[in-house]
Amino acid sequence: MISQDYLFLCLGMGLVTYVPRWVPLFALSQRTLPRWLEEWLDLIPVAILSALILPSLVTAGEPRQLSLWNIDLLVAVPVLLFALRTRSLGGTVVLGMALYWLAGKFLG
Amino acid sequence: MPTPAATADRTSTLKDGIRAAWPICLGYVPIGLAFGVLAQKAGLSPLAIGLMSVLVFAGSSQFIAVAMLEAGSGIAAIVATVFTVNLRHLLMSSAISVCLKGLRRRWLALFAYGITDESFALNLVRFREGNWDWKRALTVNHVTNAFWVVSTMIGGLGGTFIPAHAFGIDYALMAMFLCLLVYQLRGRLYVVTGLIAGIAAVALSLAIPGNSYIVAASVIAATAGLYIRRRYPKIGQAKGQA
Repeated sequence: MISQDYLFLCLGMGLVTYVPRWVPLFALSQRTLPRWLEEWLDLIPVAILSALILPSLVTAGEPRQLSLWNIDLLVAVPVLLFALRTRSLGGTVVLGMALYWLAGKFLG
Repeated sequence: MPTPAATADRTSTLKDGIRAAWPICLGYVPIGLAFGVLAQKAGLSPLAIGLMSVLVFAGSSQFIAVAMLEAGSGIAAIVATVFTVNLRHLLMSSAISVCLKGLRRRWLALFAYGITDESFALNLVRFREGNWDWKRALTVNHVTNAFWVVSTMIGGLGGTFIPAHAFGIDYALMAMFLCLLVYQLRGRLYVVTGLIAGIAAVALSLAIPGNSYIVAASVIAATAGLYIRRRYPKIGQAKGQA
């Protein structure tokens, strides 16, 4: 059974998740942006990706601590080189999974 | 009646979207199952889990919400936490808005629902490469959403039909992000910006709990990158850009 409280919780969570996804789209896509803002936004994807990836590779635990020896990071090196060389998304994903699986078997 | 050409067009849109979405779908399965199992242990039915996945569609927020529910937190506290966790979508939505110029508002409203870390990074790269449009991007959003909802519900049935850690599936999203990062390195300025973001993110993530380091590091790095582009125009030139 779904209680009323739980429904309100989900609706509230949905609202605060949806609004930050929607407001910039709504506000920015209908107008011409100043040049500096376009250039700034052009740098956001690489910044976000890097900010998402690196901490999850070199930190672990709660509270987080630096951890420079782990399988995730070890596998990331050949995967990154492969991606740089081939630029193949599918190949990179398959290689990453295979190496991670093997590394878990032999090193884990 | 739709003309045969229109039907063929629609089919290829769907096919392209689904073909592009598979790494995300693959990566969502183990996370979705894990979330479902956890939520079930916290006392949520598969239906309740599905409801949350449909209404929220944000992995890390849902994990945090379930942990807080189990700890006995109130609705207001959970909602406030989820809000701060998802502020990074402000940046993603801003960056992808450039690709959706002039799209009708109701489609924007639908598109916003599906903006996740994964769909954002994938769609943005595809838009840049060309041969991509909002319909294909929207397909990616919704196919991945369906995978998320279904895997969380299956996890909630208590069944992990795929054994944990099978075939390195846990690494699918990391590998995808690494390759998408490579696509973003379109010149020296992008490499420098990425390095600044990564180092700032690591430093901030060690210093402050939670995930606000993502937004903070991205803003710092993009601002630094913009400064470098203005100050040293030579570094700022992107490859293959006018």
